Amino acid sequence: MKALLIAEYRQGKLLETTYELQAFAGLLGAESAMVLVGSPADLPKFAGKLYLADVAKYGEYNPDLHKKLVLEAVAKENPDYIVFVHSSYGWDLAPRVAAALRIGQVSEVVGLPDGKFEVTCCNAKLRRTVAPKSARTVVTIQAGAFSPQGEPQGAPQVEGIDVADPAGKTEFVGYEAAEQKDVDLTRAEVIVSAGRGVGKKENVQVIAQLAKALGGELGASRPVVDAGWAPHSHQVGTTGQTVSPKLYVACGISGAIQHLAGMKMADFIVAINKDKDAPIGEIADVLIVADVLQFVPAMTARCAR
Amino acid sequence: MKILVCIKQVPDMESRFKLNSEGTWYDEADLAFRMNEYDEYAVEQAVQLKEQLGGEPEITVLSMGPDRVVEALKKALAMGADRAVHVKDDKYYQKDPWQVASVIAGHAAGQGYDVVFTGMQSQDRGSAQVGVTVAELLGFGCATTLVGFAFDAGVITAKRELEGGSKGVVKLKLPAVVTCQLGLNTPRYPTLPNIMKAKKKEILVQAVSELLKEAEVTGTGGMYPPAKRGGGIVIEGEVNDQLDKLMGILKEKTTVLRAA
Repeated sequence: MKALLIAEYRQGKLLETTYELQAFAGLLGAESAMVLVGSPADLPKFAGKLYLADVAKYGEYNPDLHKKLVLEAVAKENPDYIVFVHSSYGWDLAPRVAAALRIGQVSEVVGLPDGKFEVTCCNAKLRRTVAPKSARTVVTIQAGAFSPQGEPQGAPQVEGIDVADPAGKTEFVGYEAAEQKDVDLTRAEVIVSAGRGVGKKENVQVIAQLAKALGGELGASRPVVDAGWAPHSHQVGTTGQTVSPKLYVACGISGAIQHLAGMKMADFIVAINKDKDAPIGEIADVLIVADVLQFVPAMTARCAR
Repeated sequence: MKILVCIKQVPDMESRFKLNSEGTWYDEADLAFRMNEYDEYAVEQAVQLKEQLGGEPEITVLSMGPDRVVEALKKALAMGADRAVHVKDDKYYQKDPWQVASVIAGHAAGQGYDVVFTGMQSQDRGSAQVGVTVAELLGFGCATTLVGFAFDAGVITAKRELEGGSKGVVKLKLPAVVTCQLGLNTPRYPTLPNIMKAKKKEILVQAVSELLKEAEVTGTGGMYPPAKRGGGIVIEGEVNDQLDKLMGILKEKTTVLRAA
């Protein structure tokens, strides 16, 4: 069995998630080769063949061009699986490769129980196994689901790849940096986060008061930030910050997969939610089944004593 | 200009989910359905583009599924879409993303659409494949996960959401497919007059068998609730009792509580 791993490079840097692809291939028991549109000066530690297209020539992500480069490596390697991280790069590029090859794709794999591809659905309330039916399959893996075991080692055997026609339908213009952070959640020992379940903007203050009483910082889930109830700098999750505090208190957060990815490394997780079946309960050390607006002020008062 | 918006109707994610008798999908009985959240941003962006262009573009909204999806189509019509296509399919959940995309592309081929809007993924299956695959099948340019959209002189400038709060800016010429993410805009609520007007708009019903030409390339093995992680404690009951228990646990297991 052979896997072609599609590594990622962005804004002048090889992304660490590349090593999760290797960990996944290891679990799959696949022999692997890698593709990278990146820099020869920043290669992954990898004991295998690496198909390299130089970013100096091809530029940052251009979907049509990267598709052609991946297809070039697929033709040379003839893999059973073509594996991406389910990231802004992977979910954009993977279906293009699958469509070009007219093969199946399994998106955002979180596990391999009995060698089956397991994915989540319905906001992580259910899990599903997906069976490929094409001879070759594209797979994207959930970021953070397959952690590398030990330090990656080895030097790749590099082979260049090229495409004749670098034109694409999409033109890359540039990056826009994240807003200036007014809080660094990555260093906080305690984070108390507000989710959609807090109900309205005014109630976020109630959560912030508990954060203060615990000597911590306020975090927030994506919908809270999108609704303008908290600034983006407080967002925890895939598109916000990845945190690992000693204590994480999730208030009215159902536990969407993108949020869990940002906070599941916390040492101790307390969830406060009315819904006993909310997916956050799966990873919480303690689930308090209660109305956030009754429980949180009472906890704040207790902590402030 | 002709615009297509692809939407899906999904259950309220706060629901309790039970499995169907085959164990391959959720049981739809007792679930409340609504428009997929990401698709609401797609409908709104299409209507905003129509408004920007003085009302000239015609917006078609398409959904695949059983009779109930007509409610989602009516909402999109009330938000400002001009006409609807209901691809009737009671077994929609047995189609894989490749088949769904080929059904949509089958409808769109030859219709002369300039822009296709859709959500970045559905909230129930979440494959994030359909929009991009439609673009590939139609030979259109495509940008995913939009949190910014501007249109000028035949060119879309899209802001894609990347990890860690940064964004990637791309330009693409028409025809194009864009997939929409939360934060792109604020979807409007249909007003009563617009709901009344929407009742007169056309909903074309088309059988899925007329459009489906592709076999599935992935299938569902089984479906099940996630295994509960061992060791997690669930505390129910009265707030003060819950607090007593929680504070005891926090003092024992963590070092974050100040000495009381």
